[in-house]
Amino acid sequence: MGLEVPWVTGYLTQHFADEAFIGIEGYERAGGYQALRSALDMAPDALTELVKGSGLQGRGGAGFSTGTKWSFMPKDSEKPKYLVCNADESEPGSFKDRILMERGPHQMLEGILIAAWATGAEKTFVYVRGEYALSAARIERAIAEARERGFLGERICGKEFAHDVVLMRGAGAYICGEETGLLESLEGKKGQPRKKPPFPAQYGAFGMPTTVNNVETFCHVPHIVANGAEWFRGFGTEKSPGTTIFGVSGQVRRPGLYELPLGTPLEQIVFEHAGGPLEGRQVKGVIPGGMSMPILPANLLDVPMANEFLRERKSMLGTGGIMVMDDRTCMVRASCVIAYFFRDESCGQCTQCREGTGWIHKIVERIERGAGSNEDIDILEDITGKMEGQTICAFADAAAWPIQGMLRHFRADFVEHVKQGKCPFSESFEL
Amino acid sequence: MISDPTRSAIDAEIARYPQRRGALLPALHRVQQEHGYVSADAAAELAEIFEIRPIDVLEVVSFYNMFYDRPQPRHHVYVCTNLPCSLRGARTLLRQLEAHVGVKAGEPTADGKLVLGHEECLGACAYAPMLRVDDTYHEDLDSERAKRILDELE
Repeated sequence: MGLEVPWVTGYLTQHFADEAFIGIEGYERAGGYQALRSALDMAPDALTELVKGSGLQGRGGAGFSTGTKWSFMPKDSEKPKYLVCNADESEPGSFKDRILMERGPHQMLEGILIAAWATGAEKTFVYVRGEYALSAARIERAIAEARERGFLGERICGKEFAHDVVLMRGAGAYICGEETGLLESLEGKKGQPRKKPPFPAQYGAFGMPTTVNNVETFCHVPHIVANGAEWFRGFGTEKSPGTTIFGVSGQVRRPGLYELPLGTPLEQIVFEHAGGPLEGRQVKGVIPGGMSMPILPANLLDVPMANEFLRERKSMLGTGGIMVMDDRTCMVRASCVIAYFFRDESCGQCTQCREGTGWIHKIVERIERGAGSNEDIDILEDITGKMEGQTICAFADAAAWPIQGMLRHFRADFVEHVKQGKCPFSESFEL
Repeated sequence: MISDPTRSAIDAEIARYPQRRGALLPALHRVQQEHGYVSADAAAELAEIFEIRPIDVLEVVSFYNMFYDRPQPRHHVYVCTNLPCSLRGARTLLRQLEAHVGVKAGEPTADGKLVLGHEECLGACAYAPMLRVDDTYHEDLDSERAKRILDELE
């Protein structure tokens, strides 16, 4: 059983309804691995410049320029260089990488091979989250097929280019999606993030220069090579080019995946594509980019889905996971679910995060029960402010931001709980 | 304790990594495939294979949700209760399944058939509520279908 094909497709997902596209024959029939051949005729530096010029930004959450990241890899290093494909998709509300792996594993592999040529990497480790058994099986099969056809191994496509891909399965830890937590896990350790600098390009997997890119990021690369940077810039906004796969979930008529240009207004995605709220309901708030990103209330949904616009509204694109909540939803209860998740997944390394996530959960839970005070609401604000920017990785920020968003836009829900001494939302989801 | 085929599979994994220890997670998955969990003896054997201390192995086992340090029921049934699923009734479904199998989430059934639990986001947000039985996802569930899935487990 696999994921359903996106409701709206684009260049990444156009062949996903075709089962044959999963295998190498179907992929090649659709023009697959032609971009790799073109890439191998280019100088690695020129390839990196092409990707830089396309404006492709990483699709794993941080949105950093992919070409720039590649250019950080040392050129004169004697050490082996590695790529890591971050397939540890675990951000609540995100399920786009799963379909990219289930329905187009060769598209991802081709992107990896092109990146390997550009960066001089000899090996790629694909780190798939443990729960994604079907994704892992499809990638394993794709690796075997690619090796058989000469796209992996020695003298790829007859060129002086050797590359191998190793798949590793994670074992259930959200923090391993953080790139240095992932590197620790890859080395057979607890997935506790590393202090930076040094960045992975200097000291990455097994201490070697490493570039970590997300699944979707790799998937865009063959299309950029095949069609050019200008073509890619024809989608999306000036600062955020290309399409992305938005995952819509929650209380809407048509939850699912939608491949659309970056910059598509959030309200268009929620109300037109996803069909708007359920019968007789109204949208109360929308988390625009996976659970770590601050919520937006109904009156701010005209924002184009690109970081330069979302930042103005104190949120971010993240992974493009859009969660819709309707007027039945108690935002304190929603905050409880969010706070529990971060408390449960904190790796425990930094005090601000380990203690802060526990405090937030305890206080939010107390307010939900009707036992909170107005002072508790102020303390919540205080704690989240003191967690931001204080820790080894961005997890603490990711735990603080959604709570700050809830307080910024739905403080009234919190105050009402204190005033009534109980949860006033009788129709909200069960906790 | 660790069988010869599992040992050969672990050796093959080790050959794929630049450092031995890189293959520890794959090795733990292999051991669990065979035994269902990682016993203290298995951890000691793995420590020898990987040239690390047993505590280094156990530390990894305890860090990751999908590794177990004690015998497990035949099936793990996890209902995703993260926000997108909660918004579509996942917690109500979990309560109904608790009543159906007669144990609370986290406790194994007396016959050793299954343990019911809740899990964080499984990446099936648009197809909620959903649950995972071992390696298989079941999506777009209602209470009747979910109960049937549990009933049909061996």
